Amino acid sequence: MAGLLDIQDLSVTYRTGGEDLAAVRGVTLSIASGESVGVAGESGCGKSTLASTVLRLQPKNAVVTGQVLVGGNDVLTMRWGHLRAVRWSDASVVFQGALHSLNPVQRVGDQIAEPIRLHDAYASKAQAQSRVGELLEQVGLTAARARSYPHQLSGGQRQRVMIAMALACRPALVVADEPTTALDVMVQAQVLKVLTDLVGELGLGLMLISHDLSVLATTCDRVVVMYAGRIIEEASASTVFAHPRHPYSAALAAAFPRVGDPAARFAPAGLAGDPPDPRRLPTGCCFHPRCPIAIEACRTVDPPLESVSVGHPVACIRAGEPQPAIPVRAAV
Amino acid sequence: MGGGLLSGRDVEVTFRGRGGRPDAKGVDGVDIDIAAGEIVALVGESGCGKTTLARTLLGLERPSAGEVRYDDHPLRYSTRAMRGYRRQVQLILQDPTGALNPRQSVYESVAEGLRIHHVVDRSRKSGQQVNESDLVARALSRAGLRPPERFFLSYPHELSGGQRQRVVIAGALALEPDVLIADEPVSSLDASIRGEILALLLKLRDELGLSVLVVTHDLGLAWNIADRIAVMYLGRIVEIGSTEEVLGAPRHPYTRALLSVVPEIDQIEPVVLRGETPDPSRIPSGCRFHPRCPALLDGTAADRGIAEECVSRPLQVLPATGAHRAACWLVD
Repeated sequence: MAGLLDIQDLSVTYRTGGEDLAAVRGVTLSIASGESVGVAGESGCGKSTLASTVLRLQPKNAVVTGQVLVGGNDVLTMRWGHLRAVRWSDASVVFQGALHSLNPVQRVGDQIAEPIRLHDAYASKAQAQSRVGELLEQVGLTAARARSYPHQLSGGQRQRVMIAMALACRPALVVADEPTTALDVMVQAQVLKVLTDLVGELGLGLMLISHDLSVLATTCDRVVVMYAGRIIEEASASTVFAHPRHPYSAALAAAFPRVGDPAARFAPAGLAGDPPDPRRLPTGCCFHPRCPIAIEACRTVDPPLESVSVGHPVACIRAGEPQPAIPVRAAV
Repeated sequence: MGGGLLSGRDVEVTFRGRGGRPDAKGVDGVDIDIAAGEIVALVGESGCGKTTLARTLLGLERPSAGEVRYDDHPLRYSTRAMRGYRRQVQLILQDPTGALNPRQSVYESVAEGLRIHHVVDRSRKSGQQVNESDLVARALSRAGLRPPERFFLSYPHELSGGQRQRVVIAGALALEPDVLIADEPVSSLDASIRGEILALLLKLRDELGLSVLVVTHDLGLAWNIADRIAVMYLGRIVEIGSTEEVLGAPRHPYTRALLSVVPEIDQIEPVVLRGETPDPSRIPSGCRFHPRCPALLDGTAADRGIAEECVSRPLQVLPATGAHRAACWLVD
C-alpha cells in the first residue's frame, strides 16, 4: 500500500558511551492523505524519536534500521539534496515549545517566508508575502501579524505561527510533536481546531504526538499507543479511548478523567511504578512490572502485536480473553 | 469572621505599569475561604491571576487592598511573623526538576526547611527533643517514598519525575504545615504518574487533615480531587461552589466554555472562545468577560434584555460563602 507515510519495521538505537539505548523497536505505521493518526505514550516511549526519523532529523549517534517511505521514497537512504527537497515541501514538523523554535529577532512573517524562498527560487518577494498572509489567515491570525516579533505574540499565537510555517510549502504530511502541551485548555482547543480543519480542508496527512490520550481521541481518526519503543495497541481513536484492550492504554485513557464521571470522583487513576529505563528493559512483556493484570507468563513472553478484532491489534497475551476489567485506580 | 482556616477578603494585587503603561490588576477583588481539611481548586486560563492569588495567600505578594487572614488573624508581613507563617502554609511548585537543587541529596533537600526553621534546636529547648533524620524519614514516608532511608543519599537525577515531585512534597511536609498550596502539581508529569500524585494529595488530606489549594487549568484534576472549585477570570472569581455544582451544573458562560473544551470522546459542541485572556491593565467595563461572552455574542443576553448591563454595569465580588454562586447578569 503506497500511503503518504509508510513506516516499515523501524528501529532506532542510540549509541551512548558504550551503552545502547533502544528508543524505537520495530514500529510499523502508515498514514494516508486526509487521515490523522495520533501517537500516544509517555516521555521516553520513543514517540519523539519516531517523529524525528520521518524527516531524518534524528541525532548522529542514532542507528536506524527499517524503512520510512514519504510519498513512496525512502527518507533514510535518499541523497542529501533529495532529502532537502522533501523537508518542508513533502513533509514538515511542528515541534513543542514554539518560543524556542522561533528566532526572537526576526519578524514572524520573514520566518514563515524563509522556507518558501528556499524551496521556490522563482517566488518574488511580493508573492512570498501574499502567501505568508494567506497562511496566517489559515491558522486564524490576521495577515498583519506578519510584522510582529515572537515576543509580541502569546503562546497560542506563536504555536499557530509554527503551524503556518509548517504549511508554507504545501506539504502533504505534517508531523506535530506535542503542539499543545504548554498551552491552556482554551488555546489548546483553538490550536487543535486549526489542525483538524486543515486535515479536512487541505486533505493533509497528520501525525499528532501527545501524552494526552484525550487530546488524540478528539482530534484523530486512528491512535497508536507506544510503550518502551513499541506499538502496543492500535485502533480507531474512539475505541482506544473508550474500550482499550491493553492495560497500559486503559491507564492512559483513565488518567484524564471524564468530568462528571462518578467513578473518577476522589479516585484518580494511575499506574504504579515508572516508565522503564530503555537501557535495562524488563524481560518478557516490557509492561509486566507495572501491569495490574500480569500473569506469570508475562515475565517471559514478549507478546506480538495481534489483532483482537478487525483493525485493532494489541500486544498483550491477555487481550484475547473476554474483556477483563482492568483496574486503573491509583494507589499511594 | 470567615469560615476559613486561610482566607482572602477583597484581595487586590496591583502591579505598577512600567514605561508609562497603566497599572495591571493581577487580582481585582477576591473573597475566598479554604477550610481545615478542605481541597479547593482554583481554575482558569494562564494570565487570569490564579498564581498571583496563590502567591498572595502565601504571603509572597502583599495585597494592595483587602487582606489575607490565617486562623482568624490578618497576616503580618514582618520577617519574623512571615517565618512562622511559612511553616504553616507550604508551597509545592509545578516543576520538581526546577524546584530541587541538582547538587543536593534528597536528605539535604528535605532537611533544609527543618534547618531554616531551627526545628531541632527548638525541640531541644522545649524538652521534647527530636532527631532530624527521623523527621526527614517520616516526611519521605508520608510522601510515599518507602523505605525512606533508601532515598536519603539519592540525587534528583537518579529519580523519576514522580519520585522528584514526591521529594518536593516531602520537603513541604517535613515542617508539618496545615495548608499546602500546589501550583499545577502534575502538569509537568507523565500521564500515568499524575494519578499517583493526586492520590497522595487526597491521602494527606484524609490522614493528616491538611487543607490544599490546587491552582490548575485542568478541570479533570479538579474533578478528581477537589471539594470545591473557584473559577477565576481576569482577576476575579466568576463562579464558585462545590465541584459537583460547578462542573455538573455550571452557571457562568465562561465555566461552560471551559468545560466544553475539555477533550472528551462524546463531546458536546465545543465553545471555543475567541482570543485569549485579555490584558489586566485594561479590564473591560461592565462584566469583564463580556467581550468574549458567547451568551452576549449569540443574542441570549439581548433577548433577556440585559445586554446593556453586561457591557456597562460592573458585577459585585462574589462572597466566600459555601453556596454555589456565579458573577453573571444572566444568572441573577
